[in-house]
This record gives sequence, structure tokens and C-alpha cells, in this order.
Amino acid sequence: MQQFFPNGIEIYLVGGLLLGVAVSFAFAMSGLVTGMSTVFSSTWSFVSRLSYFRQDRFVSSRGWRLALALGLVLGGALFLLTAAHGVLFQTQVPGWRLAIGGFIAGFGARMSNGCTSGHGICGIASFQMPSILAVVIFLVTAIATAQLVATLGGV
Amino acid sequence: MKASTVIVALLTGVLFGFGLAYSTMVKPEVVLSFLRFQDFGLLLVLGGAVVVTAIAYLVLPRIMPRPLLGGAFGRHPSEMNGRTMGGAALFGVGWGLSGVCPGPAIAGLGVGNWPLLIAILGMFAGAYVQGLLASARSPASPGAAR
Repeated sequence: MQQFFPNGIEIYLVGGLLLGVAVSFAFAMSGLVTGMSTVFSSTWSFVSRLSYFRQDRFVSSRGWRLALALGLVLGGALFLLTAAHGVLFQTQVPGWRLAIGGFIAGFGARMSNGCTSGHGICGIASFQMPSILAVVIFLVTAIATAQLVATLGGV
Repeated sequence: MKASTVIVALLTGVLFGFGLAYSTMVKPEVVLSFLRFQDFGLLLVLGGAVVVTAIAYLVLPRIMPRPLLGGAFGRHPSEMNGRTMGGAALFGVGWGLSGVCPGPAIAGLGVGNWPLLIAILGMFAGAYVQGLLASARSPASPGAAR
């Protein structure tokens, strides 16, 4: 076990259950399906006239999706002020990898209509085969990419 | 848009963001250590979330005619086509390069992980280019590209 989970399993299991409770809460209260990547498209509908962003599914959900994103920041801050005792964490992954990786991940998630939460949590939990296949595919390409970067001497 | 929907989304985000921080998913280093087979914790996070959510998705629509605050039960739009799979393949490359995906990128700002702002700007840019290409492909049918 120690070999596969050097940091234990408690934080991962409890954290995962919290994510599930959060997604279930949104569904129970308002029927919302809370994938996290859509906000990166729906928010563009505030300022862009492009037909893609003018779709009703973006315009009609852009308000609550922004609120969801704001909540994510507040939830992270709540953790920082309570469990983390105010100790900040900052990544050592180089900026160019965050920029290029973010761009490719943003493009891909929106093209695919889902990311680790949309396909990974909401899609798998509703037993949708396209989402299950998408998760397998992005796990494979992510593992290949991360292993390649590590081989080349990256963080 | 109903005010209750916005409040529910905000509270959902707080709990989800706290969970991402608690499970250390807001640290790209931890995500990358999973992708390099050094720590399989991410699978427990995903698995735990899926089990709870699957129960909610299965049970709630059978015992309630509609969500507690009104509206209708939604469903994740998931289609078996090349765009879903090709996009997923690209998403994985970006995720594997940066260790960052959309939820943790945003929640990470809350724990003071400011460099993630770079990833968020990258995601907005990537989403814009995707929308630009999709608009150019089907300008006359804005509702078709689901």
C-alpha cells in the first residue's frame, strides 16, 4: 500500500467524497450538472459575438457557471484558512508548461465537451459510454505526456 | 436565471473547491506524480466522487419529480464521435504537460497558488480558439454543435 500511496489514502478518499457530495448537492437542489470546463466557453458569451458562444446552453448557464467558479476559489480559500493554517502552496511547474498545457487542455476539453469533472465525474456517474471512453483516452495521453516530460528531465 | 440557482452553484463550488484542496489536487505536482505512477491517490479521488455522484444520479430522479428548488434534472452532454475523443486526447496532452485541469486551476487560486493564473489564461485562450474554429465551421447553425 505504502508503495502505491506514499501520502496515505485518507485525504484522497475524503476529498473525493466531498467532490461527490458537492456535485450531488447541485443536482438535488437545482438539477445542475457541474462540469468545470464549460465556464471557459460560457464566460466568452459575455463579450464575444461568435455564433459558437451565442448558443443558448452557454448564454443561459453563464451566470451560475461563474458563481460556481467563484465558489471554487472561495472553497480553496476556506481550506487555506482552516485545515492549511494559512500556509500558501505554489507550484514549481514552469510557467511555459502551465501556459501551453493550459491552452491545449482548454482547447481539448471544450472540443470534447468535458474534462476530468465533466466526463470523469458527471459522465462516468451517469454511465455514458462516450464519457467513459473519453476518460480512458485522456488518461492514456496524459500519462504518456507526463512520462515523456519526466524522461526529458522535467519536474 | 433564478437567484436560487446561482446560490446553489456558489455553495457547490465552495464544497468542490474545498474538496480539491483537501485532496491536494490543487497541487500540479501531485497530479503529475499520479501520471508517473508514483502516487495513485488521484484514482481514489475520482472513484470516491463517481460513487457518490452515481448514487445521486440514479436515486434522486426516481424519488423526486424535480429538483428541490424547481427546474429539471440535467444530464451531461456526451456524444460518441471524433470530436469527443479527439478533444479528450488533446486535453490529456495539456493535462499531462501542466498537471492542471479546469477545476483545480480555479480552486488553486484560493489556496494562493498564483502561478495557476497562467494556466487559467491559457484555458480561456484555448477555449476561445476552439469556439472560433467551431463558429467558422458552422456559422449558420449555432445550436447544432453540441
